[in-house]
Amino acid sequence: MSNWDRFLDSFFNARVAAEYLPKIIEGFWLTILLAACIILAGVAAGLALAVLRSLGIRVLNWAIIFVVDLFRALPPLVIIALLYFGLPAAGLSLSGFAAAWLALSLVLMAFTEEIFWAGITAVPKGQWEAARSTGLGFLDTFTLVVLPQAVRMVIPPLTNRTIAITKGTALASVVAVQEILGAAQAGVSFSFNPTPLTLGAVAYLVLFLPVVILGRWVETRFAWKR
Amino acid sequence: MPAQRGAIVEARGIHKHFGGLHVLKGVDLAVRERELVFVIGPSGSGKSTLLRCLNRLEEPSDGSITVDGIDMLDRRTDINKARQRIGMVFQSFNLYPHMTALGNVALALRRVQGMSRAAAEAKARQALERVHLADRSGHYPGQLSGGQQQRVAIARAIALEPRVMLFDEPTSALDPELVGGVLAAMRELRESGMTMVVVSHEMGFARAAADRVVFMDGGRIVEEGPPEAIFGNPQQERTRAFIGQITRH
Repeated sequence: MSNWDRFLDSFFNARVAAEYLPKIIEGFWLTILLAACIILAGVAAGLALAVLRSLGIRVLNWAIIFVVDLFRALPPLVIIALLYFGLPAAGLSLSGFAAAWLALSLVLMAFTEEIFWAGITAVPKGQWEAARSTGLGFLDTFTLVVLPQAVRMVIPPLTNRTIAITKGTALASVVAVQEILGAAQAGVSFSFNPTPLTLGAVAYLVLFLPVVILGRWVETRFAWKR
Repeated sequence: MPAQRGAIVEARGIHKHFGGLHVLKGVDLAVRERELVFVIGPSGSGKSTLLRCLNRLEEPSDGSITVDGIDMLDRRTDINKARQRIGMVFQSFNLYPHMTALGNVALALRRVQGMSRAAAEAKARQALERVHLADRSGHYPGQLSGGQQQRVAIARAIALEPRVMLFDEPTSALDPELVGGVLAAMRELRESGMTMVVVSHEMGFARAAADRVVFMDGGRIVEEGPPEAIFGNPQQERTRAFIGQITRH
């Protein structure tokens, strides 16, 4: 058996691929579900925090900044481990899926809060003044004038960060979630062949390439007409 | 100073502090209905701050302001309602970049005056016609010239049918060839009987259209009078020096 044949047999073994493909596909859907839940919760919570922060209540803002800095500083894997292995000691046990979802949502929330906040503060003061001078109240001015501009400005960093953190779903394999990487690793240990990992990599590409391309489309779609 | 008859804007004893900075030091300004008052003065003299106090974009530290009979500084005054009677045009236009010209003008009509979309857009179209931009209603601010943007901003303000219009250096950010269109729109507004307070150094326009010119320096009104008097025969030394500077170039 030549080296080339050994390479093909290791990474592109048709028999192993056929056997573990269903597991990988299951993991693929689980990854999509986990990612969707993280994006939904993380972006919504991050936006909510940024909106709360723009109310300018000092004590509240300190609390927000503390939470945001905490979750930006901690490695996501540490948070997952804390929630999954640490919480049972406190009498509260989360499933691996819930622990991974909560941890990555908190991290995404922290980063999106900072991104939205940067966008909100980047909207010129004159926009507030123009809107208020026509009699629009704080809430209308914020939601109809300031926020739409802030969101457009932050779409590129927001998509980048969302993609980066969503790829962190692979970390869930550490807490026994059979998402793509988890399923692939299980396949490797049962078959003694790395081909399931190749399938896993392909699955990640199939999943994230469209997301990256969609991000690009969203950026151009929301650019202002000039 | 007794209350002037027919004064639609009446500011008395206005002081404004920004931290340790005393920007307005007791300013009295009364504007009669249909009057066009020009406010001139060196940068930092407080003229923009005074204008911004009139619709409470700045909170005066002391003094009283009534506009169209409404006490602007009373906590019980619904400031959003009061502000609809006071249109404001800014140096940097401040159009909403994510809305079309029509959207810019219609927004407050819908949200503040509670009009239906159709009614608001019809009224917004009329306002755009008044500044001769009806054919640009579907354009976004980024697709318009500076002069056109400023005229949309004027339309946005007049659509609410204000009793007074405030202009804060409306032509200062414009290329010279675009100034004329904005001044023409202001002149037409003036001819329709609008009461206007204009912070600007457009001397030609002031001479032709202003009823009164107010010269401010150091947070105080130094001198005021008809444009011929202020520009042609200023009484105060500081006024003379300033007029000399802005007419030399």
